[in-house]
Amino acid sequence: MRFIRDVWTVTRKDLLIETRTREIVLTTMFFALACVMVFAFGFVREGRPVQDAAAGILWIAIAFSGTLALGRAFERERQGETLRALLLAPIDRPALYLGKLLGILILLAAVELLVVPMVALMFQAPLFDYPLLMLGLLAAGTVGFAAVGTLFAAMLVRARSRDVMLPVLLYPLTVPVIIAGVRGTAALLQPEADQPMARMWLAMLLFFDVVFVTISLWTFEPVMTD
Amino acid sequence: MQKLFTPLLILVAAMFAYAPMMILDAPYESTMGLVQKIFYFHASLGMAMFLAAFASGIGSAVFLFSRRPWADHLAVAGAELTSIVGFLVLVTGPLWARKAWGVWWVWDPRLTSTLVMWMIFNAYLLLRRYGGPGSERLAAAVALFGMANVPFVYWSVNVWRTLHPKTSVIPTLVPGMRGAFWFCVVAFLLLTSLLIAMRTELEKRRQQLDELYLAAEE
Repeated sequence: MRFIRDVWTVTRKDLLIETRTREIVLTTMFFALACVMVFAFGFVREGRPVQDAAAGILWIAIAFSGTLALGRAFERERQGETLRALLLAPIDRPALYLGKLLGILILLAAVELLVVPMVALMFQAPLFDYPLLMLGLLAAGTVGFAAVGTLFAAMLVRARSRDVMLPVLLYPLTVPVIIAGVRGTAALLQPEADQPMARMWLAMLLFFDVVFVTISLWTFEPVMTD
Repeated sequence: MQKLFTPLLILVAAMFAYAPMMILDAPYESTMGLVQKIFYFHASLGMAMFLAAFASGIGSAVFLFSRRPWADHLAVAGAELTSIVGFLVLVTGPLWARKAWGVWWVWDPRLTSTLVMWMIFNAYLLLRRYGGPGSERLAAAVALFGMANVPFVYWSVNVWRTLHPKTSVIPTLVPGMRGAFWFCVVAFLLLTSLLIAMRTELEKRRQQLDELYLAAEE
């Protein structure tokens, strides 16, 4: 019980700062929109999007803006020297990790609320035909990406050239999530939606989530301890 | 180990001098002809890459949880060799693929997972070089994730149709090819192990030197 309260305290702290400044959510949303727009020039022929483009664009926009949000969320801790304070706080390291992860997830959910309808609208993608499956894919994919991302963004706070290092480390490591997310979404966006295929990719995403969160919880303590 | 090192190095050098002759003597494959002979080095390099990656992954896991310095030295050595050997795998593979499949690269499970693995260990090396002080532990987490990741990448792209020959081709090799193939495998595994041992020792001395510099300054 105390563990859950600790997790929520960390998350609430991040959300409180964010609701007061709205810095990360606004900049990340705008960045995601800019991403979608740039891709539109690459993947549209004669006014029509090329097949399967929408799924890829959606997930790349999420991955790119996710990296940005992760970087900013921990840059704030670095500037205020508050990460040290958090690490000194009398709470378990896993609680700290989960609290940070939950904060990032809420932020990314807000970004997705904007990006998903935008992609559906601009690329004529039927993203809302199977709302539950699509929601599952988005939720599971975001958890997998953010689980690895939170661990590495937290680690990199004290490293040099952290702005470059985060994407350099994050994209190769989260490749399975991107593959499963894109393939699962593409299966739903086909002219004849392939539901069993999408469910298979969703199951795979859930499996990645379990593995990634477990390894992250396991390595957070030794990595963040001096 | 140190005493054995030079004789083993000479042995490996002799093996590599003799390997081309064994490969030349092996029969020509009926459809591929001469290009098929890349296989002897390509598949052996692939095995050597796995050896190096496992050395790095195991070293990183031990270092992360017990902070033993030797484990960190082993992890660096393994990662550098994964990068070098992996590069050779990724060069020899397309040379074969151009002739066999007509394209340099396909997004096949084996190819994708090899590329991802190679990128993860390069990210590890980048982090160690440019991450500043304390980056050994961060890098160890990268290697740990990298090790855990590769089976999933392999598995997740398995749903796509695969072109790369399965590992089952090796037991079915014709007898003339078999001898040359295993000779190359042994040569490459021995060479990689020796290079890992050498690099581990070098890293140990480098860190000792760093510590001496720090002690001298104080």
